[in-house]
Amino acid sequence: MNAPSNLKYTKSNEWFDPSSGAMGLTDYAQSQLSDIVFVEILVAAGDTVEAGIPIASVESVKASAEIYASATGKVITVNKALSEKPETLNSDPYSAGWMIKIENGEPGDVMDSAAYEKYCAEQTK
Amino acid sequence: MSWIPLRTKNTAQSKRNNSMTYIPISLKERDAMLGAIGVKTLDDLFKDVPAKHRFPKLNLPPALTEMEAAAELADIAASNENVHSDLISFLGAGMYNHYIPAVVDHMLRRGEFYTAYTPYQPEISQGTLQGIFEYQSLMATLTGMDVSNASHYDGATATAEAVNMAYAQFRGKRKKVVISPTVHPQYRAVIRTYTQGVELDLAGDDGNADLDSSPEELKSLIDDNTMIVIVQYPDFFGRIYDYTKLIEAAHSKGALACVVANPTALAMFKTPGEMDADIVVGEGQPLGIPLWFGGPTLGFFTTKKSYVHKMAGRLVGETVDNHGQRAYVLTLTAREQHIKRERATSNICTNEGLLALGSAIYMSVLGKSGMRQVAELCYHKAHYAAAQLSKIKGMGLCFSEPFFHEFALCVNQPAEEVNAHLLEHGILGGYALGNDYPALKNHLLIAVTEMNSKEQIDTLVGVLSEANHD
Amino acid sequence: MTDTTPKIIEPTIFDLSSPGRTGVTFPETDVPRTELPQSMLRADLPLPELAEVDVVRHYMHLSKFNYSVDGGYYPLGSCTMKYNPKIDEDTCRLPGFLYTHPLQPIETVQGNLALMYQLQEWLKEISGFAAVTLQPAAGAHGEFTGVLIMRTYHKSRGDAKRVKMLIPDSAHGTNPASAGMMGLKIVQVPSDARGNVDLKALKEQCDDTVLGMMLTNPNTLGLFDEHIEEVCKIIHECGGLMYGDGANLNALLGIVRPADLGFDLMHFNLHKTFAVPHGGGGPGSGPVGVAAHLTDFLPEPLVGILEDGDDETPPLFGFIKPAKSIGRMKAFHGQFGGGFVRAFTYIAMHGPDGLKDISQYAVLNANYLLARLRNTYHVPFDRICMHEFVAEGQFEGSDVRALDIAKRLMDYNFHPPTNYFPLIVHEALMIEPTETENKDTLDAFAEALIKIAEEAKQQPELLHNAPSTTQFGRMDEVRAARDLVLCCWLPEDYEQQE
Repeated sequence: MNAPSNLKYTKSNEWFDPSSGAMGLTDYAQSQLSDIVFVEILVAAGDTVEAGIPIASVESVKASAEIYASATGKVITVNKALSEKPETLNSDPYSAGWMIKIENGEPGDVMDSAAYEKYCAEQTK
Repeated sequence: MSWIPLRTKNTAQSKRNNSMTYIPISLKERDAMLGAIGVKTLDDLFKDVPAKHRFPKLNLPPALTEMEAAAELADIAASNENVHSDLISFLGAGMYNHYIPAVVDHMLRRGEFYTAYTPYQPEISQGTLQGIFEYQSLMATLTGMDVSNASHYDGATATAEAVNMAYAQFRGKRKKVVISPTVHPQYRAVIRTYTQGVELDLAGDDGNADLDSSPEELKSLIDDNTMIVIVQYPDFFGRIYDYTKLIEAAHSKGALACVVANPTALAMFKTPGEMDADIVVGEGQPLGIPLWFGGPTLGFFTTKKSYVHKMAGRLVGETVDNHGQRAYVLTLTAREQHIKRERATSNICTNEGLLALGSAIYMSVLGKSGMRQVAELCYHKAHYAAAQLSKIKGMGLCFSEPFFHEFALCVNQPAEEVNAHLLEHGILGGYALGNDYPALKNHLLIAVTEMNSKEQIDTLVGVLSEANHD
Repeated sequence: MTDTTPKIIEPTIFDLSSPGRTGVTFPETDVPRTELPQSMLRADLPLPELAEVDVVRHYMHLSKFNYSVDGGYYPLGSCTMKYNPKIDEDTCRLPGFLYTHPLQPIETVQGNLALMYQLQEWLKEISGFAAVTLQPAAGAHGEFTGVLIMRTYHKSRGDAKRVKMLIPDSAHGTNPASAGMMGLKIVQVPSDARGNVDLKALKEQCDDTVLGMMLTNPNTLGLFDEHIEEVCKIIHECGGLMYGDGANLNALLGIVRPADLGFDLMHFNLHKTFAVPHGGGGPGSGPVGVAAHLTDFLPEPLVGILEDGDDETPPLFGFIKPAKSIGRMKAFHGQFGGGFVRAFTYIAMHGPDGLKDISQYAVLNANYLLARLRNTYHVPFDRICMHEFVAEGQFEGSDVRALDIAKRLMDYNFHPPTNYFPLIVHEALMIEPTETENKDTLDAFAEALIKIAEEAKQQPELLHNAPSTTQFGRMDEVRAARDLVLCCWLPEDYEQQE
């Protein structure tokens, strides 16, 4: 499973980039959902998000999931392009697939890349 | 009317061959199967059932053979007075007596359609899937909207689902529903039942609501807390309004606009889609579904394209199969209960599939010209009836707005008494409006369709004139 | 350049349209015409134009693409795809039923009301409940009705803190969805190693914030809970109510009455147990039965006796509103023509012995298939099943999955069983034969599944590419969801067509 080392990860399969304040869903999450067909970002610029609250709703051909905030902070911008091309979450979850960016982000309950890879292996069992 | 005995007593031993009517397993096969399973008797299969409650003696009448059941049901049916052979009907109020072409039921009686399951396996369900796709297309065209789902139970629950959709759209942050008092009383009751789990403010239809006011006066109730505005077209009293300005007002406050529409009327009148409605719902029974004592019926639900992911109910979409053939499949299924479970907006599973297909067949065989013909016949006959009835001394139309095929007639005496008089003459009068509108105790809602001949209308006028002189 | 235009097997009704064709027409008006309100008319009605023969042929062609019970076997777990008796089609279409309006004076429809009253009584007798509403239009509608009744009951006792609904991990999606529609918090209860509700886990969850539990018994694994009375007792002890999802009632007719086991209320699926046809997705019918303490909360209207009869005169049937009714669940009375008349005919033709035969043979057929298949497919629970059982559609050392097995069954002319449900079994295949299949069909089905298991090991590509003998193959579901085409229309140049 792809889990870049500069990012932090949650147990509910979201990632957080402490340097840019961006967050989204992980490669593991998109592979479990498979072909994503709909994304709705539930927060807007100016909102304050707390780690653990839903920030997006995602639907694939066979499944549906809520994406939770991996950090607490104020939303600066949301990725509007995702609603046009939800498949970006499958092809590029860590870069073009960013969902929201916050400022002064305080990570919630997160782990580093190595721990996350181990966690994914356990989830698959 | 003949006596229908309630057969609740098990007065005789039922015969063996009656009870195995549809079970094709012989006793020899049964024994072979029990052997393969490794038990001695059928009863042995039920050891997990608590002994003290096992094998209760059900107090039901002994089985009838098909011949006997056919006779009994025929007796029960014949004991009713029906609107084809016994009564001349002017009763509408949400369900209408229209002509159903022979083709509709002929096709619906094909076992391939009515004994098929929900099309979860698209490879062997293209008949149902394409049929429903065509229904969606026909409904979207009729209502002037972009998309339709595969059906809800009826017009009332479809309207309640529109409220659910609006509630989910605003994620519970808006709690007000503005609803016209001239939306069907039963629909408003169902909305209240459906939304009792959340604290909503339903405004606009309390007992003091002014029924003479124009719908635009609902504007004053629309605010930033309003999630949806709901009106009916034609309204419960049959009146036709252009809701464009009201819908603009709803949109200016960010609220959704929902129009509950009669599908027969939509064949000739400006569509709610043209008025910029967000959601158009209604009762599809007039489209080839019999009165059937009120059920089953067909709730249609159509919206603008932008709401498709928020819509409840099944959706059939077009695609291609692995042989490169155009085909159809249930799509966006992740919205539904079997995937979203407690996060689904609606729990709907089984809907009204066969009736949606029936309405598509009706719309197809009437087509553009037939649909328009039926609408115009209803219009002309209703206006003739209204004109003739207004001539009766002491009676008159309650409202002066343009109407389609229903109108409120003031009879200047208790409506129930007038209906009783009509019934003695084999006429089913209109709906007694006092049931739901205390100010309208002396008023009947008269519906006229293509099934009412001039003779029937003249008879109604004649009998009502007598009623007036009593 | 390859042509990627999809091949059209049967055009749509819009494709087949041609300007000026007419189907059914109506007489000219026999009354004077009234001027139409020009400003309110629609400009255009772009519906198709076809002759009647074209409409008939189109729908005949479509019908040929459908698998159906009349054509073959559907081993769909929890759907009860039993044979639909043809006499029911005739009785429900009798003119006396077809042409009655729901708002007619009750004196003119005593036949309908007597039938509804009788059906209520029969469903009470079958289930053991004190009262039955026929109003809900489908099972899920019945569930929502039930959840409303449960919540209103507690509220009427002044108990507003019950906000949790306990639901087993094997439950059908409509259960949590129905509870979710009421804003309740769903708490999942696990199953134990024998497929029963885990009693220890259940006790841990039971407190005074529990509204109740929604349980299917037999459950979606096809197993009768070995501690069902204990489960009901535990819920009752913490003040909760037991709701029964009656989807699997086909195993219990004349075998046991759910009310006797401790259920407080339950919905029926007339389109499963009582042979009302599935119609390709409805109409269904979902009556709800309740115990005495819940009778007041039933939806309105209920059919009751307004005036008692005697030896000479029949009773007067009419509508009554229960004292603390939750309100109206839909317009009018429920699925009369489609559901009540058919179910009434069905029960009348079976009687108490016939109903018991249904369940006995439904359970016999399921256990027979289980016996024939358990050495080939892994069945996680080693117990006598009820009317259905769940097997795993996967094999050691093969990448074949339940989906592939399901698709390959179509090449053997069988509709696949329910798959990927319940969620607690991997690659689940839920098989319910019903009582109306003969032994030859069951044997052929078992043999097909055994052969497919063999193919899975020797020639898995046969499964991965299946179905290959049907007119239509596997669908591009991603394209359907991403390109989203939900409607077709008349072509842009329609009016100019020759």
